[in-house]
Amino acid sequence: MNLATVDPLLSNATTWIIILIVLIKVVVGFGVIMTSVILMIWFERKAISDMQSRIGPERWGPFGILQTLADGIKLFFKEDIVPTEADRFVFKLAPYLALVPAIITFGIVPLGGTVTIAGYPIQLQVANPPMGILVMLAMSGISVYGVMLAGWASGSKYPLMSSVRASAQMISYEAALGLTIVTVVLITGSLSTHDIVTAQSQGVWHWNLIRLGLVPFAIYLIAITAELNRPPFDVVEAESELVGGFHTEYSSLRFALFFLSEFMNTITQSAIIVTLFFGGPAGYVPNIPHLHWVFPIMWMVGKTVFFAFCYIWFRAALPRFRYDQVMDLGWKRLIPLSLGWLLVVAGFMINRAWGIGTLGVVILAGVVLARSFTIGGERATKSAILPTVAQRPWPGAIIHSMMEPKLEAEEE
Amino acid sequence: MAKWSDFFGGFRLTLQHLARPAVTSSYPKVKRAKQPRQHGRHVLNRYEDGMEKCIGCELCAGVCPVGCIRVRGLDNPVDHPVSPGERYGFVYEINYLRCIHCDLCVEACPTQAITESKLFEFSFTNRADAIYTKAELLVDDQGFPQRLPWEDWRSGEAEMTGGWMRATSPSGDADFEGITQWSGDLGFGVRAAEGGQSGQRDDEATGSKSIRHEFAPHLSSQDKLAEDRGLAPVLRKLQEQSERLKPKGTK
Repeated sequence: MNLATVDPLLSNATTWIIILIVLIKVVVGFGVIMTSVILMIWFERKAISDMQSRIGPERWGPFGILQTLADGIKLFFKEDIVPTEADRFVFKLAPYLALVPAIITFGIVPLGGTVTIAGYPIQLQVANPPMGILVMLAMSGISVYGVMLAGWASGSKYPLMSSVRASAQMISYEAALGLTIVTVVLITGSLSTHDIVTAQSQGVWHWNLIRLGLVPFAIYLIAITAELNRPPFDVVEAESELVGGFHTEYSSLRFALFFLSEFMNTITQSAIIVTLFFGGPAGYVPNIPHLHWVFPIMWMVGKTVFFAFCYIWFRAALPRFRYDQVMDLGWKRLIPLSLGWLLVVAGFMINRAWGIGTLGVVILAGVVLARSFTIGGERATKSAILPTVAQRPWPGAIIHSMMEPKLEAEEE
Repeated sequence: MAKWSDFFGGFRLTLQHLARPAVTSSYPKVKRAKQPRQHGRHVLNRYEDGMEKCIGCELCAGVCPVGCIRVRGLDNPVDHPVSPGERYGFVYEINYLRCIHCDLCVEACPTQAITESKLFEFSFTNRADAIYTKAELLVDDQGFPQRLPWEDWRSGEAEMTGGWMRATSPSGDADFEGITQWSGDLGFGVRAAEGGQSGQRDDEATGSKSIRHEFAPHLSSQDKLAEDRGLAPVLRKLQEQSERLKPKGTK
C-alpha cells in the first residue's frame, strides 16, 4: 500500500507544485494548532473561572483573550535554569520529545472534506498516511518519553516520582485506548483517518458513537483523559502531592514548551474523539454555492470545542483520583471492558448469532472477573502489612509508650 | 450513603455556576462596597464651626496597644483658640507601620475627635510617609479626609468615618441604641446612628450598603435576607438602573 491509494494528490507524478501544496498545508496546519492552543488556554482559564464564580483573565485584549500571549512573553524573558544535579542533555531534550509528537498528531486529523483547487484535489488535513490512526498511538507512546525523561533528568525527587507515575499511568491506559481504536478500525475496515470519517459521513446513525454502542466512546474518553494527564487523572501533576510534577525544575521557555504540548494534546485528542466517534467534519451542509467547504470545517471546530469544554468541565467538577484508584480503573475495569466489547463487535460483524453468542460469553466472563476481583481484593486487604488508614488503631497508645520512658528519665 | 446519581452533582453544580455572576471583582479597577464598620485610615474631626475636636488628652496614645500614636497637648492661645476648651492637640502623629487598626483609640477618645475612615489602600514607599502628622490627619474645610498622593480613595470610603462607633450603646445600655450621643461634624452636621444589635438600621441616612446583597446569588436560600428572595432583587436592580438613567439633580 503506497501513499497514493489514500491521498489522490500524490497519485500523479510529484511536481514542484505538489511539493509546494504539501509545504503550505504543513505551515497552515502549524499555524492552526498554534493559534488554537492560544485560544484553548484562554478558553480553559475563562471557563474554569466562570465555573468557580471568578472573573478570570480580563486585562489583555477583549475578555483577556491575549492573556496567553502575555504569559508566553513573560516566560520567554525569564531565566532559563538547568539544575546542577540534572542530566543536562536529556533535560534539554525532554520538552521537545513532548512537543513534537503533539504537533505531529494534529497532522492526521481531517479538518474538512476534499477541496479541488486549480485541478489539484486537496484533502483538508496535513497528512493522510495509510497507517492513519496508528500514528496517533505511536506519538502518544513517544510523548510518554517526554514526561518520563523530564522527571528523570531533573535530578530531583518529586519530578522523579511524577515520571514514575506518568510512565505507569500512560502505558496502562494505552492498552484500553488501543483496544477501543481496534473496534473503530474493525467496523471501518481502514486505518486511515480520512476513511474513518468518510465511513461516518452518511448521517448521525452512521456515527461510530451509535454504530459501536456508547461503550467504546466512554472508554476512549476516560482513557484519553488519563493519557493526557488531565483532571481527574492528573496524579502526574498533582500539585498537592508532587509540587508541580515532572516540570517542577523547568523554567522559562522549556516550561512553556511543556505547557504548550499539554494543551496541544488536549485539542488534538478532542479532535480525534470527534474523528473516531462523531463523524469528524460530517454534518448538515446547506446548499450555498462556493461555500460548501466551509461548513464541514465549522462542524469539526464546533464538535472539537464541545469536547475541549468537556475536559474543562471534568477539571471543574471532579476531584483527583488516588494513584491506586487510577491503576484499578485502568487495569481492572477499562481493559477487560474494552477487550470484551471488541469481541462483541467482532462477533456482530460475522452475523447476529455469533454476536449474541460472544455477548453472552463476555457477560459470563465479566461476572467471573468481577467475583475474582472481589475475592482477590479481600485477600489482599487481609494479608496487607499495614491495615488501611480507617482500620488502624488510634496511635495514642504508641505515643504514650514513647512518652513514658522520657517522663521517667526526667523524674530521675 | 452516597447515591449513584451524586456522581453527576459536581457536573450540575459547575454548570449552574456558569450562569451565576462572579463573586470576585476586577479589583483595582472596581472596589466592592466597604462594610459599614470597616476600620481604615484615621481622620481627626472638627466641629461644625471648624474648631478641632482634639483636646490633647493623650488617652488615645495611652490606650494604643502598639504605641503608634504620639500626642502632645498645649494650652489654647487666648486670642485665636484651636479647640473649644482649655487645651488642644499640638502634635498628633500616627505611625502606620505599626498601627493595627484596632480602633481602641476611637473608643478611648472622649470627644470623638479621632475616628477611622474606610480606606486601607495606602501604599507609601518610604518610612517618612508612613508617619501621618496632624496636618495630614485633620479633615479639610468640607469635612472630608485629605487625599494624599499614595492613597486610593473611592466613593463611600470618606463619608461615614467611624460608623461603628455611632452604633454601639454606651456602657452596654441597649436603650441608648440609635440615640445620638455625639457632636456634629464639620460639613456633615450630626451624623445618623448606624444599626446596632436591635437590628434597626437606616441605610439611607447612614449611607451604608449591605454587601450581602452582592453575595445573595451565591448564598443558600436560608442564608439569604428576606429582601433577596424571589423577584425582589430583580425589581431592585431595575429600579437602580432606572435611577442611574435619570438626569442628575431631578431627584
